[in-house]
Amino acid sequence: MSASKCYHCGDDCNRTKVFFDEKEFCCNGCKTVYEIFTTNGLSNFYDIEERAGTAPNEIQRKYDFLENQDIVEKLVAFNDEGVQVVNLSIPSIHCSSCIWVLENLNRLNESITSSQVNFPKKTIRVTYTINDFSLKRLVLMLSSIGYEPYISLDEYNKKERKVDRSLTYKLGVAGFAFGNVMLFSFPEYFEVEEFWLDQYKLVFRWLMFAFSLPVVFYAGSGYFVSAYKGLRSKLLNIDVPIALGILTLFLRSTVDIIFDLGSGFFDSLTGLVFFLLLGKFFQQKTYSFLSFERDYKSYFPIAVTKLNKNGDEENIQIYKIKIGDRLLIRSNEIIPVDCILIKGMAEIDYSFVTGESQAVFRQSGEKLFAGGKQLSGVLEVEVLKSVSQSYLTQLWGNSVFAKDKMTAFQTLTDSIGKRFTIGVLTIAFIATAFWLFHMPSMALNVFTAVLIIACPCAIALAAPFTLGNMLRIFGKNKFYLKNTNVIERLAKIDTTIFDKTGTITTTEKDTILYEGVALTEAETALLKTTLRASNHPLSRSLYEILQSNAIMTLDEFQEHTGKGIEGRSKKHSIKVGSASYVGSNPSNTIASTAVYVSSDENYKGCFVFKNKYRQGVGKLFRSLGEHMQLGILSGDNDGEKQQLKKILPENTDLLFNQKPENKLEYIKGLQKERNVLMVGDGLNDAGALAQSDVGISVSENINVFSPACDAILDASVLSKLPLFIKMSRKSIQVIKLSFLLSLCYNVVGLYFAVTGQLQPVVAAILMPLSSISIVVFTTLFTNILGRKIKINES
Amino acid sequence: MSVIYVLLAISISVAIVFFAAFVLSVKSGQYDDAYTPSVRMLFEDELLPDSKNSTDEKEIKLTKSTNQ
Repeated sequence: MSASKCYHCGDDCNRTKVFFDEKEFCCNGCKTVYEIFTTNGLSNFYDIEERAGTAPNEIQRKYDFLENQDIVEKLVAFNDEGVQVVNLSIPSIHCSSCIWVLENLNRLNESITSSQVNFPKKTIRVTYTINDFSLKRLVLMLSSIGYEPYISLDEYNKKERKVDRSLTYKLGVAGFAFGNVMLFSFPEYFEVEEFWLDQYKLVFRWLMFAFSLPVVFYAGSGYFVSAYKGLRSKLLNIDVPIALGILTLFLRSTVDIIFDLGSGFFDSLTGLVFFLLLGKFFQQKTYSFLSFERDYKSYFPIAVTKLNKNGDEENIQIYKIKIGDRLLIRSNEIIPVDCILIKGMAEIDYSFVTGESQAVFRQSGEKLFAGGKQLSGVLEVEVLKSVSQSYLTQLWGNSVFAKDKMTAFQTLTDSIGKRFTIGVLTIAFIATAFWLFHMPSMALNVFTAVLIIACPCAIALAAPFTLGNMLRIFGKNKFYLKNTNVIERLAKIDTTIFDKTGTITTTEKDTILYEGVALTEAETALLKTTLRASNHPLSRSLYEILQSNAIMTLDEFQEHTGKGIEGRSKKHSIKVGSASYVGSNPSNTIASTAVYVSSDENYKGCFVFKNKYRQGVGKLFRSLGEHMQLGILSGDNDGEKQQLKKILPENTDLLFNQKPENKLEYIKGLQKERNVLMVGDGLNDAGALAQSDVGISVSENINVFSPACDAILDASVLSKLPLFIKMSRKSIQVIKLSFLLSLCYNVVGLYFAVTGQLQPVVAAILMPLSSISIVVFTTLFTNILGRKIKINES
Repeated sequence: MSVIYVLLAISISVAIVFFAAFVLSVKSGQYDDAYTPSVRMLFEDELLPDSKNSTDEKEIKLTKSTNQ
């Protein structure tokens, strides 16, 4: 079969090919979406971008909780007089076709009055009337066209976040004042002795004063606050000399114009604040579609089905679950609380909680933990603990989650700032003392001039521009950082700890090896046919790899949950499952997951599932191992130990069966003498990610889910991690170089200041010149570094 | 009264008008999403107009299927 692509979603059309309207679709879901679009005049969807659709998921009764008005009330942003407005996050928005179809939702239902997409955030804002429409209907409609909204516990109670635009305002104010003051002070630069200019000098000066007021007291207010906070906690941060500089500039200039001593330094003052804010603005790049703050709330459902005493089903909000309640857990639902299984066969995937890749089976009467995902069938459970008291969620009670890594870390700029401030103050006092001795009238002039010219504008700009630009370069290479501070911390890393499952192994297919007596062709065919009937994940992966085309009809098929499956065709029977079920001793040499096979009650052999490592993991370990200590922390069993030892450098710590708390404690222990980078993926790593100096979360689909972390790394570029660390170190060097450069400017400026020749025009030239050259220097260097990443790629 | 005062007043008020426009545009959220509008402005008459009549019954069908 030639690999044809689905007209809707662009996936390969494999076994289930659907023909409709002379087009090929990979599944019925895609065909349905196509039908909906074409019948509603939205077929242009396929013209804007080709094969841009997303296959819809089965949703069944997943959104029944949206019938509960209390929950709806919490989710909608506006609700009055029959009109509701809701903001929904839709991770599958990815192209202009998506924008187009989602903004034409009213074509699908007339109750929708407007819908607006925010593409960078991947959200949609829908306004609709609730006469014959509801939030549930909207969500179902979106799901049916492949744009299933992501509604989690996180959304509940979340107020519409106020966007902080103060920096934009401040930048606007400073820029506005800077431009105007520049124009007003221009005539005085040339010191033309002209009657006309002299006459209006005062007017111009007071106008400049007026323009500088909002700059000092509004735009520059952040620096005063930060300097004050720093001084109060006995820290000399970089904002201290900046605040001192701004204040001196303002006071000296005001005194100058009052006593007609000169035109003041208002131009330098406003320019300084403008450039500083520009640096802050540049540093503030955020990836609005990513969240670095996620905890279990983004993973948990918003509501569950509760069984009342009389057998009625009711949807209740998760926080309202009480101990003793009976809950109904459907397949593919997350268990929100610790509970006891009452009815049904539980097959729970705990991979998010423990990192253990294999599903576990539980029988009624056994305890289930929050965070597990039921894979097949319906369960009835009795609640043991409330949400916040459950095993998994308790992890978030740990104090590491309240700690802010940023405040604990002293940035390079701040550590320079300390020495710088002391240096500047010393020079200022010595120079003042000297002038007091020689010419007392000049003393004050020199003192203020030193403080003005030494204001570390260029130093304060070096880090934001270097790191901000690096952050963008990393982002282009699919390495998304929470903020620029992470780069500085990353540069100091000397130990890297990896999680195993999902981080260095792929979440997709395992490699499967067969050990034992070779199966005959007939046996293989029977095995494959038997597996086909089973929905167990192991059966399905085994089915995919078995080479056999003969499809038989089974005379008998039995599935023994938790044990295995049995198939019979004519005279032959085959059993697949656990060792005891098949009638063999579990192989001692294998600690990995294995499926045993017997044919006609004779033990044949077993299929061993081995983790498949991501491409380039070996190389990654080798290049990282050259510079730093490595380690593996896995929640899984030690079946892969030998395999891992082969690819890891010697003396690497390998720890298995680690619970989330163990991981956290281990990292904490290491941190006593080391700077630790943790690379993980699931909720079970959340504690370790928060504790480590830098926590990187590896994700195959960056839109879906990643626990709270400092950076999100796309799984496809995991092997580039050493390069990213190297680049971080290089950018710190760039910052240090630009510090040197700006010190040169300061030395020149200080010469003018100390000798008492600082004219406003000198300051007005020197300050912007140093700032701009630093910006150019750092941007140029980081771009060269960025190009290196690209070269390494090819 | 010198003309320069008049000129100053005019120039400053023009500048302030632009500044106010900037503040208003920030406040209205214009700069929050700088990408989507750039795509949106390229869409126009892509909707197929004639299918509207035949759509109504299909819409009912759709509503039914989502209502399950």
